[in-house]
Amino acid sequence: MLRLIGKRLVGALPSVIGVLIVTFLLTRALPGDPAAFFAGPAATPQAIEEVRRALGLDKTLPEQFVVYLKDLARGDLGNSIATGQPVLTEIRTRLPASLELTLYGLLVSVLIAVPLGVLAATRPGSWIDHLCRVMTTAGVSLPAFFTGLLLVYVLYYRLGWAPAPLGRLDIFYSAPPHVTGLYTIDALLAGDGATFRAACAQLLLPVTALAIFTLAPLARMTRAAMLEVLGSDFIRTARASGLPKGKIVYAYAFRNAMLPVVTTLGMVFSFLLGANVLVEKVFSWPGIGTFAIEALISSDYAPIQGFVLTMALLYVALNLAIDILYIVIDPRVGFES
Amino acid sequence: MSAVPVLSVDSLSVEFRTRSGIVKALENVSFAVNKGEMVAIVGESGSGKSVTAFTVMGILDAAGRVTRGTATFGGLDLLQAPEAALRDIRGREMSMIFQNPRVALNPIRRVGDQIADVLLQHGNVTRREAPKRAIEMLQKVRIPDPERRARAYPFELSGGMCQRIMIAIALACSPKMLIADEPTTGLDVTTQAAIMDLIAELGKDQGMATLLITHDLGMAAEYCDHIVVMHAGHIVEAAPTAELFAHPRHPYTAKLIAATPKPTVSLMDLAAIPGNLPDLRAAEIAPCRYSARCERKQTRCDQALPQVLGDVKNSVVACWNPL
Ligand SMILES: Nc1ncnc2c1ncn2[C@@H]1O[C@H](COP(=O)(O)OP(=O)(O)OP(=O)(O)O)[C@@H](O)[C@H]1O
Ligand SMILES: [Mg+2]
Repeated sequence: MLRLIGKRLVGALPSVIGVLIVTFLLTRALPGDPAAFFAGPAATPQAIEEVRRALGLDKTLPEQFVVYLKDLARGDLGNSIATGQPVLTEIRTRLPASLELTLYGLLVSVLIAVPLGVLAATRPGSWIDHLCRVMTTAGVSLPAFFTGLLLVYVLYYRLGWAPAPLGRLDIFYSAPPHVTGLYTIDALLAGDGATFRAACAQLLLPVTALAIFTLAPLARMTRAAMLEVLGSDFIRTARASGLPKGKIVYAYAFRNAMLPVVTTLGMVFSFLLGANVLVEKVFSWPGIGTFAIEALISSDYAPIQGFVLTMALLYVALNLAIDILYIVIDPRVGFES
Repeated sequence: MSAVPVLSVDSLSVEFRTRSGIVKALENVSFAVNKGEMVAIVGESGSGKSVTAFTVMGILDAAGRVTRGTATFGGLDLLQAPEAALRDIRGREMSMIFQNPRVALNPIRRVGDQIADVLLQHGNVTRREAPKRAIEMLQKVRIPDPERRARAYPFELSGGMCQRIMIAIALACSPKMLIADEPTTGLDVTTQAAIMDLIAELGKDQGMATLLITHDLGMAAEYCDHIVVMHAGHIVEAAPTAELFAHPRHPYTAKLIAATPKPTVSLMDLAAIPGNLPDLRAAEIAPCRYSARCERKQTRCDQALPQVLGDVKNSVVACWNPL
């Protein structure tokens, strides 16, 4: 098994190289002349040429690529014009914010969707099956930002139960010492219960909005996969052997149904990373999506490049994680020939 | 042969509710299997052999419904007993093996664990002993290198090997009754013989009653004491093997035997019997479901089907105009 995992790791290398090349070419292919842009609107042709040389843009593409790789190796992603901050610093604080949102959204969604799908599949036609159907239909027809707005309106504006949708922490709290970048975890590590609760309170609404949105595909896939597995021959064998229902559903059917569910989970996760830009806007969440949008609007190239690179590497890592999960669940993976 | 049957099925009728109407899959099916005896059910594809087996085991699809009849096993009516009682019987006193052994085993569980699951369920071993007992079962079904094979997954084993695992699962608790639903379909000829010999031998050792479901009249003749011929959900004829071959009385049985000149030819190549099974969804099926294909059809064949007892004990034929 370890050998297989190692093989998958090596197999991910070409994707990483591809990502590097594409992000490099991407900024070169964007419209407009960065040298002219950096030199400012009033610059003379000489000034523009000077900036071009300073940026290294007068060199050939392969040479520029080597420079780009060297900068990357030093962790230098350039500076943002808008904030003047190094892009790496920005990403380091903003990526955990987005990840915290996405991970909790998915976690809640999985904790509800998977049992719901299993119960619906084992009791077809029951009220829980109907509930599952209603939730999956409603879930996809409500975009997460809309649910988010609705939640803010009802739970904050009307009822005042939830805190103001203004970022990761209420202004009375300061961020916990940086370890993982996830405030909830860092607060726990620092033993700071009050900050932990405050961070959870801020997460509540956006996480709910994301969870409702992702519930639908997960519950539907779980239900379908369970139904398919429960109808298969080896389940009949298990029943003919007198195994109890619980053992059949969990030890036999559920583990087999996990495979398509894990695939869907990966898809939903990557989709969510891209799609929660609007949710971040609604909740003034200082995430990476907001960052990228602002950079794009102001033609701030370095942050865009950094964003695309981060996301692409994240996708590669995600696919790797799913491949590894597959290897753990299914002994057949890697043997089919 | 003791007189008390281990399993006796009486006037069993089963229907399936489907989108395109009600399928009358079984009608008035009766037969019995005695201790130590091997009985065959033969018939074309779709004649209701598997439905009979699933009904007896209580593992019919949700769409299936028993509309009439009883199935008695050791004094217990299987069709009325509560699910908990049935679950306790399944795998312990009455077991079943299926066709396509490769898909009939859990693909992502080690085969040794699958045998151990059954042993643990029926309470005759501790968690610690179970793996050892599973290996003993593998030995019993003649799997070479059982310690290593116990840790294998089904995809790492051949079809014949998987069927041996199925047999090990089925016989793990020494049941009184085994139902084998086309246990050799999809295996090559030598493996078929080996698997059948294994079932026959282990059955004899344990004094087990066996119900063998097969397409292959030749195989039925070779291993079974008694043969039940099914056609479109009816039992058309049942008789001791020698009697059935010597004096077939139902026209369908006669055709089957004629189409099986050597006992090794499979019923799959039934070019000789004209026509197909009738559509079992039709509201009005002829009382004799063979009449449309029958050369000996008479006008009285439209009346309700008779159950004519044969000359020999335990033989019966459902025909107005038997041979
Ligand atoms: N789940 C079901 N729903 C509807 N009809 C069914 C179902 N299962 C079986 N039947 C019907 O019952 C009849 C008998 O099927 P069965 O599987 O018992 O045949 P068989 O004799 O075992 O055939 P084979 O040799 O192909 O296994 C068929 O006409 C089939 O259409
Ligand atoms: Mg069948």
